[in-house]
Amino acid sequence: MSPTINKVLGPRVAPEFKQEHPLKYRIPAWLLTGAAVLLLISVFLPYWQITMYAPQYPNGLTVVSYVNHLGGRVDEVNILNQYIGMRPLQDAAQFEKRIAVAAVVALALLLVAAVEVHSPWAALLSIPAALFPLGFLADLQYWLANFGLHLDPHAPLNMSVKPFIPRALGVGHIGQFSTQALPAAGLILSIIASGLIIAGLWRQRRIFKPLRDTGKSVRATASQAEKPSTSCGSCS
Amino acid sequence: MKRQLKLALVAALAAGILLLAGCGRRANVATYQGESNQVAAVIAQRHLTPADVVAAVSTYEPTGRHDPYIMFASGGQDGQVLVYGIPSMRLLDEIPVFTPDSMAGWGYGGAGNSILREGDIPAGPTGPAMQISWGDVHHPALSQTDAKYDGKYLFVNDKANGRIAVINLSYFMTTQIVKNPIFNNGHGGTFVTPNTRYVIETSQYNAPLGGGYAPLKDYEHAYRGEMTFWRFDRKTGRIDPNQSFAIELPPYWQDLAIAGHIASDGWAFCNSFNVALYHGDDMNGKPSFEAGATQRDTDYLHIIHLTQAEADFKAGKFTRINGFAVIPLKTAIADKILYFTPETKSPHGVDVTPDGRYLVVNGKLDPHVTIYSFQKILAAIAAGNYRHDQYGVPILPMSQTVEARVEVGLGPLHTQFDDKGYAYTSLFLDSAVAKWSLGGEYERLHPNAPAWSLVEKFPIQYNVGHLAIPGSDTAQPYGHYLLSLNKWSLDRFDTVGPLYPEDLQLIDISGPKMRLLSDTPLGLGETHYAQIIPYSLLHVAKVFPLGYSPLTGTISKYATQPGQERIIRQGNHVTIFMSAVRSHYTPEVVQVNQGDDVTWHITNIERTPNATHGLAISAYNVNLTLNPGETETVHFVADRAGVFSFYCTKFCSALHLEMAGYMVVKPAGSATVAQR
Repeated sequence: MSPTINKVLGPRVAPEFKQEHPLKYRIPAWLLTGAAVLLLISVFLPYWQITMYAPQYPNGLTVVSYVNHLGGRVDEVNILNQYIGMRPLQDAAQFEKRIAVAAVVALALLLVAAVEVHSPWAALLSIPAALFPLGFLADLQYWLANFGLHLDPHAPLNMSVKPFIPRALGVGHIGQFSTQALPAAGLILSIIASGLIIAGLWRQRRIFKPLRDTGKSVRATASQAEKPSTSCGSCS
Repeated sequence: MKRQLKLALVAALAAGILLLAGCGRRANVATYQGESNQVAAVIAQRHLTPADVVAAVSTYEPTGRHDPYIMFASGGQDGQVLVYGIPSMRLLDEIPVFTPDSMAGWGYGGAGNSILREGDIPAGPTGPAMQISWGDVHHPALSQTDAKYDGKYLFVNDKANGRIAVINLSYFMTTQIVKNPIFNNGHGGTFVTPNTRYVIETSQYNAPLGGGYAPLKDYEHAYRGEMTFWRFDRKTGRIDPNQSFAIELPPYWQDLAIAGHIASDGWAFCNSFNVALYHGDDMNGKPSFEAGATQRDTDYLHIIHLTQAEADFKAGKFTRINGFAVIPLKTAIADKILYFTPETKSPHGVDVTPDGRYLVVNGKLDPHVTIYSFQKILAAIAAGNYRHDQYGVPILPMSQTVEARVEVGLGPLHTQFDDKGYAYTSLFLDSAVAKWSLGGEYERLHPNAPAWSLVEKFPIQYNVGHLAIPGSDTAQPYGHYLLSLNKWSLDRFDTVGPLYPEDLQLIDISGPKMRLLSDTPLGLGETHYAQIIPYSLLHVAKVFPLGYSPLTGTISKYATQPGQERIIRQGNHVTIFMSAVRSHYTPEVVQVNQGDDVTWHITNIERTPNATHGLAISAYNVNLTLNPGETETVHFVADRAGVFSFYCTKFCSALHLEMAGYMVVKPAGSATVAQR
């Protein structure tokens, strides 16, 4: 293998040493793979939900957002949105919804790849996945603002409801409705995945940085690897 | 040290909780005392007695709370069914049945028209077709499975015209009306067999079967009574006249009927009066019907072996009258289908006890209820020791069939049963309800009351007809409440003109003594009889499936999906596929030429409960009610030129008034409208 590839892949651990400390070297792999699995599962779960309460909707009207589609009372909310001149909800984020599943699969694959990369390049592969929930929320907020600010000026309720920016999270008011926007199970899973990624990267750095610091970018021998293992003995 | 700290923390927390709880209780007591002062003030101000307050509190449902029972009450000459919540007695609904109802859009175009027309008198050899636009609804019957309410269907009869209607309880909607092809009026309907295989309807003021003429002097041999067994098909939710049959009966005036269950399963019973076969002629010195029809001391309880009758029907042992299968009287006698046993003069209801072992016949002109043992009836049939009436029907001696008689008071009409082994009989003349104890197996339920004895008489206001106890006519009576359906209200309410409302009195029967809870005036109709069912047994849909046609009970092929709205012209036939949703019709403008034949399909595409729309077309007498998901079709000839608005009759949203459109009818002779 070329030296560049070896540099990117970082140091390896000798098999016999792995046998001696089976847990220690598997934990970072588990954390990153676990994050990938959680991300994949999250695709099947709602990421966000908004419930709108009004006197005539005592149980609330709930719309839920998955990464690739909307669920819940979309039709009813669209009927109501006619009054304030808001576009149909399903028109929002069409590009994002189209690519979302493929994107999540790609992020998960990058995470799995990062397991075998024992250099700072691992962070480059994992950070997109770690930032995914933040990206989702930012995109959501963008579209909420886009929809809220671009109301049809000739809508029936144009005198009572002016353009506004709905909040991606938290409570709000619009017309006779009070709204409550909450993260849903999918988003929570993706946030947990972010945590796992950071933990995994940190563990990986603790193990392999000392190896890299020895200046030997070749495969570590058992004796070379002994040094970091002793220096890190209390944290394993 | 750590452990001590932990213990101290836990103790502090517990003390805090106790303190908080204590504060809460004190606050509650203070509030309650404040409110009880207020209650006392209201009681004093309104001159209420403690009993009034208990009654009020027993029936009051705070805002948003639902009633545990629901009552289906006949509307009498109103022709509809009224739905009440019990115990609050709030009127929840009026289900249109035999009479057009503009609120429900029943009979102004759409499915209601078609179903109402099913009940018209068809043209025949005796005369032209006759449109019937009202009914006299008498006895609702809830469908049963294994002799218990199943909450699926409701049946009602129209006494005036001899008709039965089927109401689907998923939607609270009439789905079928059948006209009895062989008689014109029948009081004794509807009663269902234990699995709702048959719905029973009997004739009353008899005439020649199948219509047609015979002079009154030929009454005895040309006139006949009958009992119809309408076959109900659960799969389609419809009565199938081809699988239904009737049994010819002597021309006594048949009255209320009932199907046996459990011990008496496979049998049916009905009362009769006018066994004297009196047929009038008061202008020639003869007595009036009320005297002539009640000359005899006894009338006949009809005992019908339904299982055998069904076997005869299947074996083809029937004749057809107006195309309808009728088992002749002679066959019914020969095949041991029909028996009589005497009953006291002019009885009214016959009711079967929940275990199916006893029949209670209410004397009306006799102060007793007579209890027949079904087992004894079977033994008397087996003994074969009987005489016959003039038509050859075997009469089982009363001495062999009667189990007991209970003197309850004057004018016993109808009996209902509770879950504690008691029976309740309405006393029309006494204006009272008599509570009496059942015997047999029921004795162990009330060890302190001897069998077959009067326990209590409770006055009602006034002239009680039917009574209703939840589940009384089934193997599972629920007890708890008794409704007294009183014909006269007299002084109970503010006078609202010479037509007085009826008075529905709700009585608590859960304790040892009856307790009057409330009076509810009924100014809409004459509630004749009612059935009460726990609401939990019903499975009511909140919306229709999208595109549902109440006429066919399926998704309509004319359902209009959003985006598929269109107007199609073929020659002078115009077909409109319209959708309705808050707050617009699509299309909103319909252009036709005078004389066009217009078929207008409209679908309410809402999925939200309560989002009902209407379609009213001015000057064309069209008024539809469209519940969420419902598809209706109205058909008319646009024979009047001009501009006609159509609009949504239901206040559906803040833009309800804007939910409107125009039907533009171009006068004949002007440039015509061409549409795709």
